[in-house]
This record gives sequence, structure tokens and C-alpha cells, in this order.
Amino acid sequence: MSDNLQFQGYETDGFFDELFDDHNQPRPEGQLLVETINSLGVGELRMRQEAIERALMRMGITFAVYGDEQGTEKIFPFDIIPRIVGATEWNRVEAGLKQRIRALNCFIDDVYHDQNIVNEGIVPRELLEDAKTYRVACHGLSPPRGIWCHITGTDLVRHADGQIYVLEDNLRCPSGVSYVLQNRMVMKRSFPQVFNSARVRPVIDYPGRLHTTLRHLAPSQVDNPTTVVLTPGIYNSAYYEHSFLAQQMGVQLVEGRDLVVKDGFVFMRTTTGFERVDVIYRRIDDDFLDPKVFRKDSMLGVPGIMDVFRRGNVAMANAPGTGVADDKVIYAFVPDMINYYLNEEAILPNVPTYVCQRQDDRKYVLENLDKLVVKAANEAGGYGMLVGPHSTKEEQRTFAHLIEENPRNYIAQPTLSLSRVPTIVDDHFEGRHVDLRPYILYGEEIFVLPGGLTRVALRKGSLVVNSSQGGGSKDTWVVAQPGMLTGELDA
Amino acid sequence: MLSRVAESIYWMARYVERAENLARYVDVTLNLILDQPVGSCEQWEPLVSTTGDQEYFNEHYAETDADSVIQFLTFDRDYPNSIISSLRIARENARSIRETISSESWEALNEFYHFVLAATNNGGRVGSPSEFFRTVRQYSQLFGGVIDATMAHGESWNFFNMGRMLERADKTTRILDVKYFTLLPSIADVGTPIDDLQWSAVLQSVSGLETYRKRYHGLTVPRVIEFLILDRAFPRAVSHCLTASDVSLHAITGTPAGEFCNSAEQRLGLLRSELAFMRVEEIVDDGLHQFIDSLQTKMNSASVCIHETFFALRPVETLTMSQSQS
Repeated sequence: MSDNLQFQGYETDGFFDELFDDHNQPRPEGQLLVETINSLGVGELRMRQEAIERALMRMGITFAVYGDEQGTEKIFPFDIIPRIVGATEWNRVEAGLKQRIRALNCFIDDVYHDQNIVNEGIVPRELLEDAKTYRVACHGLSPPRGIWCHITGTDLVRHADGQIYVLEDNLRCPSGVSYVLQNRMVMKRSFPQVFNSARVRPVIDYPGRLHTTLRHLAPSQVDNPTTVVLTPGIYNSAYYEHSFLAQQMGVQLVEGRDLVVKDGFVFMRTTTGFERVDVIYRRIDDDFLDPKVFRKDSMLGVPGIMDVFRRGNVAMANAPGTGVADDKVIYAFVPDMINYYLNEEAILPNVPTYVCQRQDDRKYVLENLDKLVVKAANEAGGYGMLVGPHSTKEEQRTFAHLIEENPRNYIAQPTLSLSRVPTIVDDHFEGRHVDLRPYILYGEEIFVLPGGLTRVALRKGSLVVNSSQGGGSKDTWVVAQPGMLTGELDA
Repeated sequence: MLSRVAESIYWMARYVERAENLARYVDVTLNLILDQPVGSCEQWEPLVSTTGDQEYFNEHYAETDADSVIQFLTFDRDYPNSIISSLRIARENARSIRETISSESWEALNEFYHFVLAATNNGGRVGSPSEFFRTVRQYSQLFGGVIDATMAHGESWNFFNMGRMLERADKTTRILDVKYFTLLPSIADVGTPIDDLQWSAVLQSVSGLETYRKRYHGLTVPRVIEFLILDRAFPRAVSHCLTASDVSLHAITGTPAGEFCNSAEQRLGLLRSELAFMRVEEIVDDGLHQFIDSLQTKMNSASVCIHETFFALRPVETLTMSQSQS
């Protein structure tokens, strides 16, 4: 192994590469990074990569290897080469995301009140009412300040045509932002000099902004609201993130068993008695939130909490019911929503989507299973998916059967050729496919974190970036425009 | 603070302290054997019997020798009171309260756990056992030091300290109890000068030999007992630990020293003053083992009272791990 990690000989192989253009020249934003890496001594980049891995292990930013009795833990694989986004492009992404969140919030509010959008036939009523994440219990609810989706992680991909598309919205309990902050922290330790000169926009203020967003929801009569993060507990795969965010915001991390409803309010049990809670950033799905309203067998939730929410005595982020807009069939209608509620054209396009419920779409999908990506409406983590070009005839037959049996539950999209970023593979760089999940906060105003989680499919040729399917992550550098703040406030 | 969080800090402290003391048990025996080339096997027997889990040991191990006892007390994942199990539970507790303890202390515990886990995954093969146990002690002390130096000495820290000190008091009595039986051939020897090497090893196992020498110079059983149980200043002496635990308890509740307003304060205060006014001759006259037995019962009952005073008021009983006294 030569251990001489440099970019000489790196090939984009005809894919859209985020760091190099079609002539294998670094894009302007990446110039400095490429020069820095090429100037490193033999073995140095690998040394830095290994130092980062050790740091992540020491900090316990790990997940347990499932089914391994030896208690083995692995870090979420991290690759040192960042994904870089130019200032102009980011401006468009940011504007597009803000527009999308505004429309989605209007949609959620509408479907739990007057339902104009279905009355006018823009979204078919049966699609709405059949959505598993549509909560009848949320009808007529009016969350504080009319905001439902306070924290969103929207998945973006870039296709071979260079265009950035919205792949899906995650409005329930989007995770991963803690990795964004941790990745940045370890990267800053590894490349302090590049950070200063590359004009990378900071992400470290996210916890502070999240806290402000949450406090904004507090019942108006409360001067100094008590905010908590509600977690299902240490066995949840995103537990590290829950604890990290609570720690960074300086608020309590609570489990359902720490909370109790009495006299129309929510309290937490402390060593000195009951203390009132005003705002809950909940990281528990609707299903488990309140056994009196949703799943009766939930041990994770707080009995009676929905009643307190309905009375306006506690705020919850994201508001229960928000998940209706996560449904992958509903997703297909977001551009129409933008049109309907905002009277604007969508800035960021959807990936063209076939809704199997529609007869014509279904016919096309069934005839082209080998070319399409089929997704179940409510699965996450890369499950319930068929990647047509990589599938066997047998798998296609299984999916054809599933679709015919329950067309409402499936959508299909063309197989995109995701863009790539150079990634360390043994002793050299190879392009690996990436997506990007920016985080959006909706409080007094809408804030888009400049950056996001870049997930990378570490297996050669793979398009699946989920961590549960062998994905890793990279730091995301959004380059500042002239005059804009750069650098972390606190390294 | 949340009751659950307070409970987790308390148990995290106890389990780390427990792991450290297990390392001390094993270490003292390893040291004794170095000084005693023949007939060393019987030294390991008391280590097993004092755990109260003789039955488990007999079921899983054929011999009572160095290898099996070290495996049992240190690397046995299925035995809930081994070092690796104690650290696993301590770490699970720490993980559930990461936002409360400092990042540095979490990292110290995490590294500690991974150090022992690596040796466990290696089948317990470590280059030098005494070096290994020395490192275990160091990791534990590093952890305690980081906690003391990076966390505000407020309510969280006081729950930590209360747990740490109670556990330490309990374990010092156990070390003394075990060694008293194995080292003292007959009751007639009490009060006479004793085998320096043997008791030096015991004092070394609690890092107390040097302090003892400064205070008493020559070794006699009553002085060693006095030092390990009644000393006010030595940090592993029972009296010192119970006082420290009691001070933290009062800091948590805000009750003035010398008064009580719950059963935990009442029990611990009683125990503390009992020791404060006790003379070592009374202990020797009544029998050390009997005294230690009753002391342990009283400490356990104080611990139960702490549980009831601070942690028991919970909506649902959904404990995910067993948190037992041993």
C-alpha cells in the first residue's frame, strides 16, 4: 500500500462529481482543499483519518453492532474529504427549502382543519385519509403560533444533469444533526488552516437556534419556560443525538417515565418534587407518545399528554400529526401545495414520482420495474425498497405482487445517478455516491442550517446511503459569500 | 434534578467504585502469593466466598485457582458482579445521563470500559495481571478525578459522591473481613505484632500502607483495624467515607449538619456518629467479623433509605438493568 493519498489519477468516471469538474479539474470552491491534500506528506492524511476515528470511539459516538454478543461497537463511518457547496448554489437551496417548509406547514394545518386542498381535489381525499401518519386525533388542533413542523430534515440528491432534487421530507423526528456538528468538530481539529481560508460557514450555532425555536412555542403566559428533550431511552438508535442536543442546549433529557400529567399540566419528577414542563422537543413517534390516544401498549410515552397539548398547556415539537407530510405518496403533491398555498413555482424540483394508486402510473411502474426505484409509503432507513436496476427478477415479481395488492402504499421514481464525492478507499480515492440532508428550523422565522448531513454510500456503486445499510458520512462545507460570517464561534 | 438522573449518577458512582475494589481484592491476593511461594491456592477461596455467589462459581468453574477466580471476578460477562459487568452497568447508567455529567468524565469512563472490554474479548489474557489491575485502579481514580475536577459540586456531584463513598466504605469492610480470617491464625494473636509482609499487602491494596506507617509505624491487628475503620482522615477508611457520604447527603437536602428530616439522613447520621465515638478495643472484644457484619447491614439499610427518599417515587417500574447490592 503506497499510502500516498493524493488526487493524481482520480477519475470522475462520467458521474457528476461534487469536487471535480468533467475535465478532472477541482471546482473553484474545492481548489484550496485539493491543493492542501496534495501537499500533505506520505501517510499524513491517513493518520488524520485514523486520529478522527479514535476520537469518535473515545467520545462513544458509536452504535452497537446488532446481534453481536461481544459488545462490539462501531463508529458511524466518517470520511475526511468534505462535500463542498458553493455560495450561489446554496442560496437557491436555502430559498427552495424555506418555500417548501412554508407550504408543508400550510398543508398540515389545512388537513387538520378545513381541508381545502382535498375539497378542491388537489390532493385526492382517499390518499390523505389512507395515510398511516394521518392522525384523526389531531383534528382541530391549533399548535402555538400555527407552526407544526419546527424541525425538518429534507433529503436532497443531485442527478447526472447537475440539478438538485428533493428526494423526501422528514418531518417527524429527523435525526443526524448531531453528526453534522461532531463531524465539523473533528474536521476542524484535522484541517484548521483550510477552514480559515476556505470560508466555510459555521454550523455550531444550531443548538442555540434550536433552543430559541423551542422557546418560541412556549405558552404565552410563561416567562421563563422549561424546555426538555423527550427520548425513548438509551436503546433507541438515535439516543446519542437526543442526549447531545439536550446537553448542547443545556436542558433536561427526559424519558416518558420521568413525566407525569396532573391538573392539566405536564410535570417531571425531580428529587425535590414535581416541576412543570412547558416545551417538549419530542423524539418519540406519535404512535408511542400517548397510550390514551395512540398505541395503548406504549411504555415510552406519557398518558394524557395529548390532552394537555390540546389545552395549550404544553407545546410539542414537532407537533403530533406532522408526519402526514412524510408519507411518500403525499410527497408527490408538494409542488402542487407550493402552488396552491403560496402561489409560487417550486424552486427545488421533486424527483419525478409515479403514484401507484393512479392507474396509468401503476401500469407504467409494473412494466418498468427493472428501471425504477420503488418505495413503500411509510418505510425509512432503506427498508421496503426495490432498486430496479440492481434487483433480481424474483425481487421484481415480489414487488409487482406487493404493488398490485396495495397500490396506495407504493411510489416509484426513476433511478437517479447520484453525484459523487472522492472518498478514501484503501490507499487511494474513489468516487462514492452521496446525498445531503439539510436541517430547517421553523420558529419566529425559518432558518436553514448552512450545511447538513452528507451521507455517503461506502460500497462501490451502491446508491443506498443509510447508516443501517452500510453508509457513512462526510462534513458538508457551505462556502460563505463575501462579507458573510465564517468560522465557528467556538472551536 | 430528575429522580431517574440522580439514581443513575448514584449507581454509576457505585459501580465504578465496585470495579475498582474488585481489582483491589484480586491485587492483594496476587501480592500475597508473591510473598508465599507454597500453598497459595487457599488464598483464592475467600475471594469467592465473600462475593456470596459461591454457587454460581461452582457451577461455572472447576478449580479455585488464580486463573478461574480472576476470570470470574474480572472478565465473566454472565456474572453480574464481575469487573466487566460492573463497568458495563456503570457505562449504561452514564450513557443515560450523558447530558448531565461532563463530556470529559463520560469519555474517561468510556475509555475505562473499552480497556477492560478489550482484555475480556481477548479471553482475559493480559500480559501481567498485577499491571492490568493497577491500570484498572488508575482508570477508576482518573474517572473520579475528572468528575471532581469538571463537574460543578452541586446536586449531581453530591449524588455521585454519596454513592462513591458508601460503596467504598462497604468494600473496605469486606477487604478487612476476608483478610482477617485468612491472615490471623488464632484469636490469641490479636494484639501481638503480626506478619509485616501479609498485612502490608492488605494495606497496600487500599493504598494505605504509607499513611499507616506515618501514623503507627509498627503493624498490629488492632491498629490496622482502627486505621481502616475508624480513621477520620484516610480516604478509604470506613469512618471517613461515611462522613463524606453524609456531608453530601446534607448538601443535597439542605438539612443542617447533625439534624435529619428523612430516613436516609437519620440512618447515615446514626451510623456515622456510632463510629465517631467507638474505640477499637470494643470492636476487637466483640469480634471483628460480627462487627463488620452488623456494619454492613446498617450500611445496606442506609442505602435502602436513600433509594426510598430520592428515587422510589416513580410512575412506572421499568428498570432496564438490575441494580443490586452485593
